[in-house]
Amino acid sequence: MSSGSIAVTGIGLISSIGSTVEENLQAIVAGKHGLSRVVNFPTRLREYIWVGEIKRSNDQLSENLDLLRPHAFTRTGLLGAFAARQALKSANINDVNQLRTGFISSTSVGGMDYTERYGSTYLTSSEWHRYIPSHSAGDSSHKIAKYLGIKGFVTTVSTACSSAANAIMMGARLIHAGRLDRVIVGGADALSKFTINGFHTLMILSDEPCRPFDKQRKGLNLGEGAAYLVLESQKSVKQGSKNVLAYLTGYGNANDAFHQTASSDDGEGAFLAMKKALAVAQLRPQEIDYVNVHGTATPNNDLSEGRAMQRIFKNEIPSFSSTKPFTGHTLAAAGAIEAVYSILALQQNLVFPNLHFNTPMEEFDMIPQTTVQYRSASHVLSNSFGFGGNCSSLIFSKA
Amino acid sequence: MTTQGIWRPDFFAEAREIDQAITTADQPSYKRLASPAAIRRMSRGMKMGMHAAQQALGETAVTVPDAIITGTGLGCSEDSDKFLRSMWENDEQFLTPTSFIQSTHNTVAAQIALQLSCKGYNVTHVNGASSFESALLDTLLLLTSGEHKNVLLGGIDEIAEQTYAFLQSAGYIKADGVRETVKNSLSPGVNYAEGAQFFSMGVDQTETSYGEIVDVALQNELDIPEAGSFLQDFLTTNDIQPTAIDAVILGYNGDENDDLFYNALQQELPLATPLYYKHLSGQFDSCSAFGLTAAAFILKYQTIPPVLYWNEKNPAKTTWKNILIYNHYRGKDHTLVLVRAC
Repeated sequence: MSSGSIAVTGIGLISSIGSTVEENLQAIVAGKHGLSRVVNFPTRLREYIWVGEIKRSNDQLSENLDLLRPHAFTRTGLLGAFAARQALKSANINDVNQLRTGFISSTSVGGMDYTERYGSTYLTSSEWHRYIPSHSAGDSSHKIAKYLGIKGFVTTVSTACSSAANAIMMGARLIHAGRLDRVIVGGADALSKFTINGFHTLMILSDEPCRPFDKQRKGLNLGEGAAYLVLESQKSVKQGSKNVLAYLTGYGNANDAFHQTASSDDGEGAFLAMKKALAVAQLRPQEIDYVNVHGTATPNNDLSEGRAMQRIFKNEIPSFSSTKPFTGHTLAAAGAIEAVYSILALQQNLVFPNLHFNTPMEEFDMIPQTTVQYRSASHVLSNSFGFGGNCSSLIFSKA
Repeated sequence: MTTQGIWRPDFFAEAREIDQAITTADQPSYKRLASPAAIRRMSRGMKMGMHAAQQALGETAVTVPDAIITGTGLGCSEDSDKFLRSMWENDEQFLTPTSFIQSTHNTVAAQIALQLSCKGYNVTHVNGASSFESALLDTLLLLTSGEHKNVLLGGIDEIAEQTYAFLQSAGYIKADGVRETVKNSLSPGVNYAEGAQFFSMGVDQTETSYGEIVDVALQNELDIPEAGSFLQDFLTTNDIQPTAIDAVILGYNGDENDDLFYNALQQELPLATPLYYKHLSGQFDSCSAFGLTAAAFILKYQTIPPVLYWNEKNPAKTTWKNILIYNHYRGKDHTLVLVRAC
C-alpha cells in the first residue's frame, strides 16, 4: 500500500435501486435493476426510453430531509443532501466543523431540472423566482453544505460524466497537501427533460435496458442519483478512532483530446487515466482484481474503453462489469455511485454482474462478469469518462 | 478578453469605467482562431476563452501545457439557453445536438485541449464566485506536487440573454437603462459583464513572469465579524504580517451589503493601499480573475494604474511586493489570494 492512501470512513448514496447502501447491495446481489419508464415528469420520450429513476417525489425527499418550506432546493440538491447526510452518519461524524472539513460536490444538471420547469414564467411572474439562483451548478453544493452545517472549504467540479471522480480526486489531493483533515466528496444529478432530450438528439439512448460490452448494444439509459464518500487523513482517522471502509490508493485524470463527444478509437484518454491511477497506487495492472467500467453501452464508449483496457491489461484482463444496467448512467454522480460500489466489492468480496449481456463484441475477446461472483478482492479500479474527453480513473484498496 | 478589450500594454491606461447593467466584452476578430464555419458555431465563452488562452501561452515558451484547469460560474449559458428555449418552443421535438453538446460546463477547457492536443489533467470548477479560485487552488496543488511543470488556468463567463434576463428579474443584475457605476450605485443589483482571463502558470520563474501565487483560501460563508479571523488565519498560515501587505484588491461591485465585508477587511489592513476593479470588469462569477490580472500587472511593472485606486488613500510606495486579493458575492464564496513579486 502506498503511503499516499487516503482512508474512506463513510459512504452514502441514493439511486434507482435503493435509498441506502444496504438496499443497493441487496438489489445488485439479487440482480434486480432499477430501470423503468419516466414517471416523475411528463415527457414526449416516455415510451421510447428507459431510465434509472428514483421513485421518490421532491416533496417526499423534502419531508425526509426536514426542510422548511418554501425552500429553493431543486431535485439535484435534494438527492445530494440525502446522500451526503447518509455519508456523514456512516462516518460517525457528529460535529462536522470539529476538524478542517471540506465539501466537494459535482453536478452537470445543477438546477436545470427546475429552470426547465419554471423558467418560462420568470419574466412574467415572480412566483418561482426563488429558483433563479438555484440554476447554477455551485448552488446545490452550497445548499448541501449548509444543510450539513459545513462552514469552510466548499467547491464544485463539473466535467460531465467524470465529475464525481474528479471531485473525489481533488478531495484526496487536498488532504495529501495538508489543507484539510477530512472531506466529503461526490456528486448528484437529477433526471431532467434537458438531459433526456439532449442525449436523445445525439441518438445514443437505447430503447431497451442497456447492454454494456455486448455486440448488440444500442446505447445508454440515463439515471439519477447521488453518492458521497467521507475521506480522512491518517491523523483524523486515529483521532476519531474511525473505522476505515477502504482506502483510495490511486487516481488519474487525462484528456482524450479527440472529439467533444466521441472517444478515440484506441481509447487514449482512458488508457492514460488508468495508467496514472496505477502509478499513483504503485500497483501493476495484474494486481487489479475487478474493474467497474464506465460501460455506458454506447457503441463508441465500450469499444474505446475496451481497447484502452487491452492496452493496460494486455492478455490478463481482470473481472470487469458495468453497473449502469442497474442504475442507468447517473451522469455527474456516476463516479461517486460507482466508487461506493467499488468499495462494496472490496468489503463484500464480490464482483458485480454486468446485466443483459448476451453476445461478446467482435472486436476483442472481452467478456464481462455476468453473474454475482464471490471472490476475494484487494484492489478495484473504477472508470468514469465524460464529454469533452475527460477521463478519470480511481483505485480503491481493501482496508 | 474583457469589457476593456484584450490584454495589451495600454490595458489599464485605456480602461473606461462601466456604467450599464450589462456590458459585453470588447471582442476582436476571431479570424485566426479557427475556420469561419467553426467560429460561427462557437459560443461567446468558447471564442473568448480560446483567444485568451492562446494569448496567455503566447507570452511564454510553452506550446502545450501539462494541464488545463478552468473556472466558470454559469458555464456555457449561451448554448444551454439555446437548447432549453428550443425544447420549450418545439415541445421536445426537432431538436439538434450542437447546442446540447456545447452546453456542458467543461466545454471551453475541452475545446482548448482539443486544439492544443493536450492530453493532460483537465478539470472545470463551477462554484459561483469562487469558481476561478477553486481552479487556482487546483493549479497550485498540481504545481507543488511536482508532477506538472506548467498549467493553463482560466476563468470564463459569458453573457447569455435568457440567463441574464432571469438574473435581472431576480434583482441580481441592474435593470436595463440604469446608468450607475460601482461607486454611485443606488438601485438594486449590480452591473454585470462577461470575460475570459487566462494565465500560464509554471513551477519556475521565467523572464516573462508577472508574479508568484503564494496561497489561496476559499470559504463558503462568513458572517461579517468573521471576516477578520478568516484573513488573520490566512496570513498566519503564510507567515506574513498584515503590515507587510502593500495593496489589497477588493471586489467592490456596487452592492452596499457586499461592501460591508470589503470595509471590514480594509480595517484589518490599514497600511495596504485599497484597490478595486469591478468598475472595469463588471460582475460575473469568474471576474475575480480580473483582480489577479491587476495584481500581476502591478507586481511586474511596479506601478499602480490610477484607475484602480479605491479612494484617495494611495501613498507612493517604492516597492509593491505583497498583494492580497479578496472577493465574495452576496456573502458567499469568500476567497483570499496572496501574490508576491518575484
